[in-house]
Amino acid sequence: MVGLNTYLIIGAILFSLGMFGVITRRNGVAVLMGVELILNAANVNFVAFARFGGMDFTGHVFSLFVIILAAAEAAVALAIILNIFNSLGTVNIDEANQLKQ
Amino acid sequence: MINYGIAILLLPLAAFVTQIFVGKRLPRNGDWVSIGAVTITFCLSLAMFGVMLVKYDPDFVIDEAWQWFDLGSLTVHLGILIDNVTVVMLLVVSLVSTLVHVYSTSYMEGDPRYSRYFAFLSLFTFSMNGIVLANNLLGIYMFWELVGLSSYLLIGFWFEKNSASDAAKKAFLVNRVGDIGMFIGIMLFFTSTGSFLFSDVFAGVESGLFSTEILTIAGLCLFAGAIGKSAQFPLHVWLPDAMEGPTPVSALIHAATMVAAGVYFSFRLFPIFTPTALIVIAYIGGFTAIFASIIAVTQNDIKKVLAYSTVSQLGYMILAVGAGAYTYGLFHLVTHAAFKAGLFLCSGSVIHAMHHAYHELHDHESDPQDMRNMGGMKDKMRTTYLTMLICTVALAGVPFTSGFLSKDAVLAGTLSLTMHHPEHFLLVVFGFGAALLTAFYMFRLVFMTFYGEPTRREVYDHIHESPSPMTAPLVTLATLSFFLFFTLPNLNPFSDHGWFTTLIQAKDSVVPGHLNPTAHEIAEGMHHAHTPAMILSILIAFGGIGLAILMYLQKKISADDMAARLALPYKLSLNKFFVDETYQRYLINPSLAFSKVVAFLDWELYDKYVINGLGKVTEWFSRVVGIRWDYNVLDQQIVDGVGRSTRFFGAGLKFVQTGKVQNYLVWVLVGVIMIYVFQAVS
Repeated sequence: MVGLNTYLIIGAILFSLGMFGVITRRNGVAVLMGVELILNAANVNFVAFARFGGMDFTGHVFSLFVIILAAAEAAVALAIILNIFNSLGTVNIDEANQLKQ
Repeated sequence: MINYGIAILLLPLAAFVTQIFVGKRLPRNGDWVSIGAVTITFCLSLAMFGVMLVKYDPDFVIDEAWQWFDLGSLTVHLGILIDNVTVVMLLVVSLVSTLVHVYSTSYMEGDPRYSRYFAFLSLFTFSMNGIVLANNLLGIYMFWELVGLSSYLLIGFWFEKNSASDAAKKAFLVNRVGDIGMFIGIMLFFTSTGSFLFSDVFAGVESGLFSTEILTIAGLCLFAGAIGKSAQFPLHVWLPDAMEGPTPVSALIHAATMVAAGVYFSFRLFPIFTPTALIVIAYIGGFTAIFASIIAVTQNDIKKVLAYSTVSQLGYMILAVGAGAYTYGLFHLVTHAAFKAGLFLCSGSVIHAMHHAYHELHDHESDPQDMRNMGGMKDKMRTTYLTMLICTVALAGVPFTSGFLSKDAVLAGTLSLTMHHPEHFLLVVFGFGAALLTAFYMFRLVFMTFYGEPTRREVYDHIHESPSPMTAPLVTLATLSFFLFFTLPNLNPFSDHGWFTTLIQAKDSVVPGHLNPTAHEIAEGMHHAHTPAMILSILIAFGGIGLAILMYLQKKISADDMAARLALPYKLSLNKFFVDETYQRYLINPSLAFSKVVAFLDWELYDKYVINGLGKVTEWFSRVVGIRWDYNVLDQQIVDGVGRSTRFFGAGLKFVQTGKVQNYLVWVLVGVIMIYVFQAVS
């Protein structure tokens, strides 16, 4: 029996994996991938609540917005990472600390 | 007319400012600036005089006041008053001033402070015109102090001489005594009437704003100013010392004009004097007249004789004010201004000649002013001798001179007062006694200076007549000593009826309650007293002259014998009745001793212990507060503590701020979890 809880658990697992990735990875691209996981965890929840919570299309529309936002975010973030790589020769975000110095 | 008045006032001031700032750089040291300004002033005065004669109106008056400042409840007005008296006074001041300016070009020639001398003369002329033109007590007071200042500056003009600077200080201080009284008087009137204008003050008095007692005191307070300025007893001591100044200054300031300011002031204020005040004034004037003339008899310094003579004549004028014949006091002021200025300028001419004679002989020891060193100078100094003789005759009160007319009128006024109030017979004795002595000492002066054998032949040989800038003023002033100039259009030399008595009429007293006789009653009384007074004064004048001829010309009576026989009066007179010594002993020395005691208390005790002690206490206290509390506690603990605690917390917390986004994210996660946990628990 696949119910709401199953989706929520999957969403929670996805969120946790994403969070783990964002916090622990040094590679900027990996951090970005973690962020994508977090966004998709939210999408799973939106769609699940739409299906089981009687929210008709609102949840679907939200998840579509999130996908679009994620695409835009990925484009901007990858451009930033590319620039960091161009100027520093690395994508290690720990080394992008010029403002601190 | 009012524009003339303003021009007359401001021209000498402009000359003063020019002279004091750029006088030294002008050609001839700028004496022409002052002379020019004063001459224009004289011409304007003459024009005003002409207008006055054409109008021939005794009631002619222009009285204009302008607001000076307004303080809400207090508004002060100043203004100009032009009536016949003003016009006559302006003419007298500007005429004598012009002549003295001209005279000074020669007398002061070569003086190192030549331009400054003329600046001061102009300042004086400005101030004196201000007194004459003012229509209010405050204006008179301001210019009163200004003439005092110019008098101070000119008496001490040769301040290298100690005696000159001392005399200047003495004149200033003695005048201050009188001026304090005057100021109190002015303020008494001001606080009651709220105005300084004569018209308002008179109206206030007339409406009964003052009780008779207060009015007497206030009037006498104002008169105190006149006592100081006009050198009346007991404040006469400064005038003889003022002779330390240049002789033309003595002629202008200390004979003709400034010292007469007191008389003029009393003249203006006559309507507010109560009978008591007038009697006091009459006694002060009468006593001064006889007192000063007694001193003048034994003086040997030519200028000292004239100085005491001036004091005595001013006493006459004051006596006339006190006796109610105050227009005749002013008359005597005008006639006296001409012949006394003439006498001083003549004596200046003599001193000038003596000085040059000594100079040529390289004699710097002998006193050029001592009459005992002169003698026989009439053949050497013809013009000076003749003009001096004319002025002397006028001063002695011989008929056909101006002095006869005015002195006679003053004596008639005094006699009339005594006829109505026989208890005041002393005033008549004072008046006629002074007239006798005046005739005597003036001819003594002439005989000692111009007659007899010269004391030192070699000095006599070096005497020369003074140059024309000096003799021309002498001739002018001597000419003005004849009766004709004062009696026109009448030609009777024995009657004072003329333009002066017609145009300057006595006003009734404004003292309420008809306490004073009216002007008409006074005139009536004088009319009755006139003939006896005239006969007596002619007899007395010739008596005095005759005595002088016997003693000093024919030497039938030995002056030394007289002195020996009248040892006590002679000694008193020679030493000026020891007034200066009395002041020194009973006023100056005690106050000096008192000052010393106070200075000791102040410096030795108060300053050293109290003031220094207070300083030490303050220093100690501030050290305690400063070091123990401010620095040690406030600064070290509290202020630095705040800094230290900030640094401590900063050091601890800086490790949180890693600059790594992922760390922050962990903290956010921790926070969210904690919120979730707290919510779950609650």
